[in-house]
Amino acid sequence: MPRLSTLRLTRDWGAEAAVAVPPLRDVPAATAYQPLREANPYQPHLARLVRVFKMVENNWLFTFRFLDEQLARDFKHRPGQFVMLSVPGAGEAPISISSSPTRPEVLELCVRRVGRVTDALYRMNANDVVGIRGPYGNGFPVELIRGNDLLIAAGGLGMAPLRSLLWYAIDHRDRFRSITLMYGARTPATMLFRDELVSLVDRPDLRCLLCVDADPDGTWQNRVCQLPALFEQFEVDPTTTYAAVCGPPVVYRFMLQRLLMLDFPKDRILMSLERRMKCGVGKCGHCSVGYKYTCLNGPIFTYWDAINLPEMV
Amino acid sequence: MKTVKLPKRELDFFASVLQRFGEIHAPVARNGHFVFQQIAKWSDARLDYTRTVLPPKKYILPPRETLFRYKPGQGYLPDSEDLDRRLVLFGVHACDIYSLNILDRVFNGRYPDPYYQTRRRNVAIVGVDCVPDDLCFCRSMRADTVEQGFDLFLYDIGEYYLTLVGTALGDDMVLAAGDLFQPVTAADVAEYKRRSKERHERFQHDVEIRDLPEIFEMEYGSAIWDELGARCLSCGSCSMVCPTCYCYDVADETTLGSTEGRRLRTWDSCLLATHAMVAGGENFRSSRASRVKFRFYHKQRGFVAEYGRPSCVGCGRCTGVCPAGIDMIEVINRLRGVKYAETEHAAAH
Repeated sequence: MPRLSTLRLTRDWGAEAAVAVPPLRDVPAATAYQPLREANPYQPHLARLVRVFKMVENNWLFTFRFLDEQLARDFKHRPGQFVMLSVPGAGEAPISISSSPTRPEVLELCVRRVGRVTDALYRMNANDVVGIRGPYGNGFPVELIRGNDLLIAAGGLGMAPLRSLLWYAIDHRDRFRSITLMYGARTPATMLFRDELVSLVDRPDLRCLLCVDADPDGTWQNRVCQLPALFEQFEVDPTTTYAAVCGPPVVYRFMLQRLLMLDFPKDRILMSLERRMKCGVGKCGHCSVGYKYTCLNGPIFTYWDAINLPEMV
Repeated sequence: MKTVKLPKRELDFFASVLQRFGEIHAPVARNGHFVFQQIAKWSDARLDYTRTVLPPKKYILPPRETLFRYKPGQGYLPDSEDLDRRLVLFGVHACDIYSLNILDRVFNGRYPDPYYQTRRRNVAIVGVDCVPDDLCFCRSMRADTVEQGFDLFLYDIGEYYLTLVGTALGDDMVLAAGDLFQPVTAADVAEYKRRSKERHERFQHDVEIRDLPEIFEMEYGSAIWDELGARCLSCGSCSMVCPTCYCYDVADETTLGSTEGRRLRTWDSCLLATHAMVAGGENFRSSRASRVKFRFYHKQRGFVAEYGRPSCVGCGRCTGVCPAGIDMIEVINRLRGVKYAETEHAAAH
């Protein structure tokens, strides 16, 4: 039995009484615990804007490097993952990573000028500082694709998340059988990473098929056609191929139709989704589709997931 | 679990002891409703309350809180204002404790939320049992009893409160009260069992949650969703009063005339029109019907897939507060094809 002392207790916290109680241990304060600094998943890490490449109107490529040298070297991501980008004073938005993990030290983000945060980013100059946290999301299942043929199909702005996968595959060329890129844009002027991709067209170790819907300037050296027409140029074996698709709804519609006609298994078709996100870590609820969170279970989903999760596309 | 008993007439003594463990917040009557708030004297506390307007969630996940302050050159500095405040929530019902246990799982996992975790650690919980009213269906949601997530839980057995001690902190509270607490006798336990059975039989509503996720899948295209969409006002009240709704919005607020500011998070609701709207204006749930459906679907189907049980605890708050009379029990029963005995259930509130 602990030693007793007398504590004054009060009836209805007014009139006083006294009972015998053991000496009260001080209630430890939680101040020693510093989770906000030590493990805060919402903490943006400062990064410097290294370069702005005005790639396509309202779709610029921004290159960042973390101020913290250790972090800049250690940051690792998978193709298809995204980061949360903070622009001071404007807010935070999810942006997919366009650079490949095989080319580390800097992060390249292809950002569409579309809202408050991106608008503020477009007003920034080299050496300005932003906040970045991540990487988040599942990314493409590159281990699963390993040893298979890889078909990357992008339409319009869908190239942004797929470029990471493309360069990952090229830099790990021995891990894949054939690599095929099909990419269609409205015009050459709106084609993301155009010069870089055109330079891949003649490479013998991959099939780089580019097309535009229209060529108003008459300078386009590649095909002028709709994206599905590129299927005429090569054979696909659906039993050994993974297809990664990203683009506007019309691209999904046509591509999925074609891939299913080719008897692609539904779990060999991979899609990258875009959703509103406020946390990136499965808490804020905005990115949920059906019973999955785009930030944790995605943004890469199989077509099978997509037809089973309502409101997905 | 250690079990003791507290004489009812000593409850105010005990509450005064608890002041040493933090500010005492308890349900009080205000404008014809009950709310959790800090009490100045023990007689303000109403342990006979039915349900508070807002659940105790407001103490752990505040309606509005600062996550960071940002300053040019310094970046984003975590804000810990208020996080260390010690509270004792006195008189929390089982369903509300259950809901905190559910939120614990959401705010833990692969990316634990340090703001939530710290507050949860600093808020002590003294639960108290209750008598179900005509909105309660916690028994159906398996949240009418709770076996963890509290420091102490008091069961009314007449002259005494049978007290379960849930944590080391709870044990400190008991010890700090000296000889107020007494050993439990077999007769006390028998009285608890009698009252427990009586309470169990007082529930007026039964909904069956077995295979509900499957039924939700099969009824995804049901006309009931359009009908509810036509009634729903998209006000988001149901989310605001829900003890397990955790959606939040994050926005930066810059101090006028400077480049410093704060990053704030505020409660959000999937019923509000912009919840699923991405930059550029595309909205994945633009119709009210799709948003109402989403809320039900997420609680009763999506959460089951992710966490193994519905996130609804059957507290009845959303039914009580809905201006359009949308009633969780009615919706579930209609989806199940069970005739709802009292179709005007919600209208009565």
